[in-house]
Amino acid sequence: MTEAASTAPLAQTPLHAWHAAHGGRLVDFAGWSMPVQYGSIAAEHTAVRTAAGLFDVSHMGRFRFNHLDEDGSLIAAFLDSVLTRRVTDMKAGQVRYSLVCNEDGGILDDVLVYCAPYDGGGRRFSLVVNASNREKIFHWLQPRLDDFPGVLMEDLTTVFAMIAFQGPKSRALLQPIVDLQLGPMKYYTSAFAQFALPHNRIDGVVSRTGYTGEDGWEIIVPNRDVQAIWEYLLAAGSSEGVIACGLGARDTLRLEAAMPLYGHELNEQINPIEAGLKFAVNLDGREFVGRSALAAAAANDNQPQRVGLTLDGKRVPREGYGVVSGARNCGAVTSGTFSPTLNCPIAMAYVEPEFAAVGTELAVDIRGKAEPCRVVPLPFYKKSS
Amino acid sequence: MQPEQLKFAKTHEWLHLDPATKTATVGLSAFALEALTDLVYVELPKVGVKVSPGQSFGEIESVKAVSDIYSPVSGEITASHGELADHLDKLKSDPYGEGWLVKIKLADEAGLGELLSYGDYQKQCAEEQH
Repeated sequence: MTEAASTAPLAQTPLHAWHAAHGGRLVDFAGWSMPVQYGSIAAEHTAVRTAAGLFDVSHMGRFRFNHLDEDGSLIAAFLDSVLTRRVTDMKAGQVRYSLVCNEDGGILDDVLVYCAPYDGGGRRFSLVVNASNREKIFHWLQPRLDDFPGVLMEDLTTVFAMIAFQGPKSRALLQPIVDLQLGPMKYYTSAFAQFALPHNRIDGVVSRTGYTGEDGWEIIVPNRDVQAIWEYLLAAGSSEGVIACGLGARDTLRLEAAMPLYGHELNEQINPIEAGLKFAVNLDGREFVGRSALAAAAANDNQPQRVGLTLDGKRVPREGYGVVSGARNCGAVTSGTFSPTLNCPIAMAYVEPEFAAVGTELAVDIRGKAEPCRVVPLPFYKKSS
Repeated sequence: MQPEQLKFAKTHEWLHLDPATKTATVGLSAFALEALTDLVYVELPKVGVKVSPGQSFGEIESVKAVSDIYSPVSGEITASHGELADHLDKLKSDPYGEGWLVKIKLADEAGLGELLSYGDYQKQCAEEQH
């Protein structure tokens, strides 16, 4: 064992009893008891690619920022000082992917910033952080609030539930129960919404976001209301092939979409430039934690790069397996699976820069045998628009 | 073959011994295959390979993870069910028949005493689920 086993009971989402009653195979994920799958991971994966799938993501950490007598500019200034991507210019309704880095430019977390409208033209902000980093980030942000008097941070993770409804049929199935037009909503925007179910009306937030590479939605509602929406969407979509999906399919879907996962592609020893996330780093005209290290990293052509690999055989590269060019070790796999969509093994890996070009022929050391692979463009899968 | 007629290793392999030829047929239990789900690959040893109890002779891979397959006994591989690689569905549809993996000609009786009856194996599986 590499870590001391925790004796604390696992946290449960408001849908936990539903998962247990519907065959969810429950595992410890970042201290939460979560369903890794209900049946076949491949079937859940395919449902999201061809119809839609429903995920409980209530374990994701959610922090809300407030200020009693201010329009939100000070909250924006605070977040701008701790995030790699500009926040001050965000408009109400926008959602932005960003990173939290330490002074050395190492990635502490990857997050979504939600900017919501507030009283007469003001703004309010929330962060969605990884479950595994929730406490770390909360305690890292807390002392940094001292320079922004009046800005308050609340952890609402256990107060509100969050579900993701993802796939090509998700919009048509969600539309009848929300009081706004989903079609015109752009990717990475959010809105307050009322969900109208046969027996109740629920106030919440809907965003056009997700972690699957498909069109899709994430819905945040009070804990007590989530099961009604969950069951409604499953029932409404059952004839179309909509099913509940676990973390197993979430992982294979995000891997095909080449979305990094904290603890695998991202950690405190990796900077956003290596990770291929330069788009989420705004260096110009602003100061934030890690800026000088990231400016140096951005100018460094000689660092490992995150790449995609596909393999010819059937054996699956797993996290930690070495990537080789002939006899030379040139990198390591961070995530791998058998891609249900491409029907071959795929992996994300960090390799030295001279081996990172698309088309480079390499091999993965799979338990002592070099299995041929090649560098391919990311993402592995892109939805047809 | 019914599981009641078989012996089971703690590592989830089943074994059927033909006393006349001293040859054991080995496969994976339905419980193990159910736990794996989404099989993508199975690698089996070549005929002639020598095995001993607890030694890995192959591997089975699912979308989620890879697992070793261990020999319950000591001997030499006399048959390897190579066509399974293209018919992984047979593992689940008929784990104790068409889903067999290898046949092993026993060198001695090592390992046989460690094997569980189906009833005892089921108890072990019930414990693993908790």
